Amino acid sequence: MKVSLKVWRQKNANAAGEFKTYASPELNPNMSFLEMLDVVNEELSNRGEDPIAFDHDCREGICGTCSLVIDGKPHGPHKGVATCQTYMRSFSNGDQIVIEPWRAKAFPIVKDLVCDRKSFDRIQQAGGFISVRTGSAPDANSIPVPKENADLAMDAAQCIGCGACVAACKNASAMLFVSAKVSHLGLMPQGQPERYKRVKAMVDQMDTEGFGACTVTGSCEAVCPKEISLDFIARMNRDYAVALIQGDPKQVVGGGAG
Amino acid sequence: MNLLQRVWRSSLGKKYLMALTGLALFGFVVGHLVGNLQVFGNPELINSYAHFLKSKPGLLWGARLGLLATVAVHVGAALTLSAANKAARPVAYAGGSAYGSSWRSRYMLVSGLVIMAFVVYHLLHYTVQLPAVNGGLDFHSLTTRLADGTQVQDVYAMMIHGFQVGWVSLFYLIAQALLFIHLGHGLSSMFQSLGLRNHVWGPRIAAFAQVASFAVFLGYASIPVAVLTGMGGDYVKNLKKAPTTTIETLR
Amino acid sequence: MATLNSQIPAGPLSDKWEKHKFSSKLINPANKRKYKVIVVGAGLAGASASATLAELGYEVHNFVFHDSPRRAHSVAAQGGINAAKNYQNDGDSVHRLFYDTIKGGDYRAREANVHRLAEVSVNIIDQCAAQGVPFAREYGGLLDNRSFGGAQVSRTFYARGQTGQQLLLGAYSALNKMIGAGGVKSYTHSEMLDLVVVDGHAKGIIVRNLQTGEITRHSADAVVLATGGYGNVYNLSTYARGSNVTASWRAYKRGACFGNPCYTQIHPTCIPVSGDYQSKLTLMSESLRNDGRIWVPKRKEDCKKNPADIAEGDRDYYLERMYSAFGNLAPRDVASRAAKYVCDEGRGIGDTGLGVYLDFGDSIRRLGEGKVRERYGNLFSMYHEITNEDAYKTPMRIYPAVHYTMGGLWVDYNLMSNIPGLFVLGEANFSDHGANRLGASALMQGLSDGYFVLPSTITTYLANVKAGGRPATDRGEFKQAEEEVRNFTRRVTSNNGKRTPDSFHKQLGKIMWDYCGMARTETGLQKAIQLIGDLREEFRTNVKVLGEPDGLNQPLEKAGRVADFIELGELMCRDALMREESCGGHFREEYQYTPNDPEVQQGVVNTGDVKRRDDQFAFVAAWEYAGAPDKAPILNKEPLIYEEVKMSTRSYK
Ligand SMILES: Cc1cc2nc3c(=O)[nH]c(=O)nc-3n(C[C@H](O)[C@H](O)[C@H](O)COP(=O)(O)OP(=O)(O)OC[C@H]3O[C@@H](n4cnc5c(N)ncnc54)[C@H](O)[C@@H]3O)c2cc1C
Ligand code: HEM
Ligand code: FES
Repeated sequence: MKVSLKVWRQKNANAAGEFKTYASPELNPNMSFLEMLDVVNEELSNRGEDPIAFDHDCREGICGTCSLVIDGKPHGPHKGVATCQTYMRSFSNGDQIVIEPWRAKAFPIVKDLVCDRKSFDRIQQAGGFISVRTGSAPDANSIPVPKENADLAMDAAQCIGCGACVAACKNASAMLFVSAKVSHLGLMPQGQPERYKRVKAMVDQMDTEGFGACTVTGSCEAVCPKEISLDFIARMNRDYAVALIQGDPKQVVGGGAG
Repeated sequence: MNLLQRVWRSSLGKKYLMALTGLALFGFVVGHLVGNLQVFGNPELINSYAHFLKSKPGLLWGARLGLLATVAVHVGAALTLSAANKAARPVAYAGGSAYGSSWRSRYMLVSGLVIMAFVVYHLLHYTVQLPAVNGGLDFHSLTTRLADGTQVQDVYAMMIHGFQVGWVSLFYLIAQALLFIHLGHGLSSMFQSLGLRNHVWGPRIAAFAQVASFAVFLGYASIPVAVLTGMGGDYVKNLKKAPTTTIETLR
Repeated sequence: MATLNSQIPAGPLSDKWEKHKFSSKLINPANKRKYKVIVVGAGLAGASASATLAELGYEVHNFVFHDSPRRAHSVAAQGGINAAKNYQNDGDSVHRLFYDTIKGGDYRAREANVHRLAEVSVNIIDQCAAQGVPFAREYGGLLDNRSFGGAQVSRTFYARGQTGQQLLLGAYSALNKMIGAGGVKSYTHSEMLDLVVVDGHAKGIIVRNLQTGEITRHSADAVVLATGGYGNVYNLSTYARGSNVTASWRAYKRGACFGNPCYTQIHPTCIPVSGDYQSKLTLMSESLRNDGRIWVPKRKEDCKKNPADIAEGDRDYYLERMYSAFGNLAPRDVASRAAKYVCDEGRGIGDTGLGVYLDFGDSIRRLGEGKVRERYGNLFSMYHEITNEDAYKTPMRIYPAVHYTMGGLWVDYNLMSNIPGLFVLGEANFSDHGANRLGASALMQGLSDGYFVLPSTITTYLANVKAGGRPATDRGEFKQAEEEVRNFTRRVTSNNGKRTPDSFHKQLGKIMWDYCGMARTETGLQKAIQLIGDLREEFRTNVKVLGEPDGLNQPLEKAGRVADFIELGELMCRDALMREESCGGHFREEYQYTPNDPEVQQGVVNTGDVKRRDDQFAFVAAWEYAGAPDKAPILNKEPLIYEEVKMSTRSYK
């Protein structure tokens, strides 16, 4: 099979980009979408043209590095998979495929199809953890976790941090991502002590990074390669409301006398 | 920071305000509808209801100011959030967009703005009663007497007259259709914003939003439609012949 | 010659670690602040080490080439992590985990390191549970376990099929906590391209920012490499495309010894290759072997038939036949080689004939499809995505693929290499798995090294380093190292070559797989060394890298990595050639059991099993760079002295 690609090319963060169209060489339908790009790139290089820059690493749908909006849908035509798990058999001979980078103010473009997702890291750094010092943990079985909670927490924790939710959302909202993290930790008994402080800190950082607000369009859930549910957003909204009402904790100054 | 600042400064806080004010406005919309549907009873029904409202200026102005504040908060939050949302996503996709979202959810601002424009018009039309917005008729001139003899404004006649003007009815219908669109998404999104939704209740809430918004639409739309198809026609014809007649004489 | 002192503490095996911790020097909290430690890598090993060192008060700078620490390839581990908790009450203990791991490694690992690993394993699970890692649970809320290859107890903890992801996210959250608190400075998109050695001590690194192309110098009191494995030398593997050997290799070229480079693990259950465009092989978790049965047709003629049409009696469940005690759960090296044998006999299945069936038919009949879906649903759907086949209906096709590298930079008991101040953790070091790693023990090792071992052993070095005495980055050593990095960049971007780095990588991978893969021979390895030497030369003159050195340039990144892989490939072949025995994942065709051997006749092993030569090869091969890529490297030997376990023939029958 052969396809034609309409690809966003942009030299660097500050350059103006444009779409360029390339004809693919003969392809095998069992190729992955990224392998198709490898083949196209090999050809571009042999012709002396700068190959298309795109993000990828594990190529098995778990690291969250690959991106690409394919014909308007982040991660391509299938539900519940990442771009790297998309295969050429999902397209037909002669198709024109439009390939674009994630688009969001909080994910500036670095080159071609590569964007910078450090904003996600900063949200996590603001509070996406349970403060436990190495070596201070009690025996793992001393705190039982109801199986339902552990399973639900795992549903949320599966998030691969790819940013497709942001890319899909017309508001570039990061609510699905943040809520997955908040819910995962908030569902575990170990996460209770910092539950409200955490959600407050992470949501505030999310706002600071310039992500939009949620208008419940459902695009994020529809494109999420791990099919993370909108329910987690509701869960986070509940927690955040409590956090807002509680307000900032009182600062305790000084220690006791020795 | 106090609670209000905390709420207004966070995107989620504003969403709570949108949801709560949206709920209040929905409450008003339903209440208002119930009041208006009295037009299908005998004219005295709605005229005495209108008179009752006007006879309690404290209550009326309290409600009006409350509503105004609610709208102000709802619209204020809507505009600031929408601006932030637009800024967050400055470039659209060439390959199509908004995969997996319902179209209603994408047009909340548009539907909201048209509703806002309509509300202004509606106030000029029936509250301020500006003749210019209703084909020239001065609604102040329509009065009647209730069974107990009190002289009141003839709201029944006012409604019939108002909706007999084709373009007025059309505008009302368009606005109501947009309200239907707005609420079809808004009523379920509201539960999500307040965190009152999960996978069990989600589908039920969505169904409720469909039914409730459609019921509101049917309710409101029925009035101009009924008038356009003849309801109350005789009443206002008679009225034109004897502008000061009371309801009893008409019967 | 390098001096290799393994620093193994004296005393009984089970007391060594406790005693060592007690006798190690401490650094007082106020002084810790004055020490700066560079950690390269944020996989399980690097993230856990960075977080813990920062908690202790050291100033930590963490570097990853990824766009986020969360993307390290640890994220891809599916099956689980071992720990000697004995929550199942099935007879597990620290000693049993130690023994299984030593035996699994075919008696080529250090006893003391492995025992420490087994001891620490229990703390890892506690630590991870406290971080909120959503491990699988039983209905009572307690932790669930599964069993893995090479063990007869259930000691593997897991989080669905995404254990590595969840453990990594746990370590990443600990790292984030310390980044947020200012204890760790995190550099993403930052690839270490050289190690700076000052007065014989590792004191810094040279880094290229992959987004901007900027090259910077960083100095520290100690440098920790936790940069993962080098299996991508084979091009096709279960590694992420970005995984590379560069950090370790450049350290090697600065004098660090490379231990046992030829020990590679070929995992038995991966999706077979489908075409030459292939960029990646996907692992199907070993846990599938709990419920799946592996077979090929008994007769060659049946191989192209639909598996459903092959009668039960015409199927050869060869693992169950050959290794009745462990059956489908035989260790990886054993299972992989068995697959190779049956395919070499012409009984392989699929278009290429390089595949065997992994069949869930029996389990589905026994447990019901629902139960199988619950256990392996995500793996089945992954398989479906890739192959377009439904494994609930027809057996999976699998074939071995490169999966893990047991070799790595040589380290002593303190995880310090032979360059003082250079520590190496996780898959990047050579230490704990001998010649074959058991399933679910790499995650354990990464976290053990990072959370518990290094934070305590690093003081053995730092306590002797003057606080605040690290060199300035304008010293000659830094400038020179930076210049070398720039030279390479200039050379490849201005080279008038014809071939892309990718094409070299493919060619190298093919050589390595053909001659240094599942079965190796003297002549094959000699040929490979020749071919790789030629390839290295061609790379130098004919590589082509388009684009500018400033800013994101993916071909440039690959060129550097492939250049290192080519040199490493040669070293691996030399190591394999030198090691005239078979052990674990290293199989030399000349050294295998034959029907004449007493062990075969007594039924301890099968014909074709690996034959060790303990009298001559019970040592760690630590290779030392001889100053130029075309000079033969120097072999240093660290003898393996077993105090507790007797080296014996490994039997899984
Ligand atoms: C598919 C798969 C499944 C597996 N399943 C299991 C399992 O079930 N159980 C088990 O125990 N083990 C499993 N393993 C093995 C295990 O996952 C790895 O051995 C382990 O996670 C390695 O961790 P690490 O921290 O040493 O390295 P990695 O996680 O590979 O991290 C390497 C880090 O180093 C950084 N880095 C590398 N080079 C440089 C450089 N030059 N400059 C800057 N940064 C650099 C990278 O950015 C990254 O952060 C599996 C492996 C694979 C591939
Ligand atoms: C009768 C009047 C109105 C009613 C009953 C109403 C009701 C609602 C409700 C229930 C919501 C859902 C809140 C949430 O998602 O949490 C909503 C959202 C919204 N409304 Fe209104 N609204 C009205 C008027 C307006 C007006 C005048 C505007 C003008 C700008 C507006 C703009 C919006 C916007 C932009 C949203 C956000 C959509 C979203 O978050 O999903 N609305 N409205
Ligand atoms: S490349 Fe890792 S998720 Fe796609």
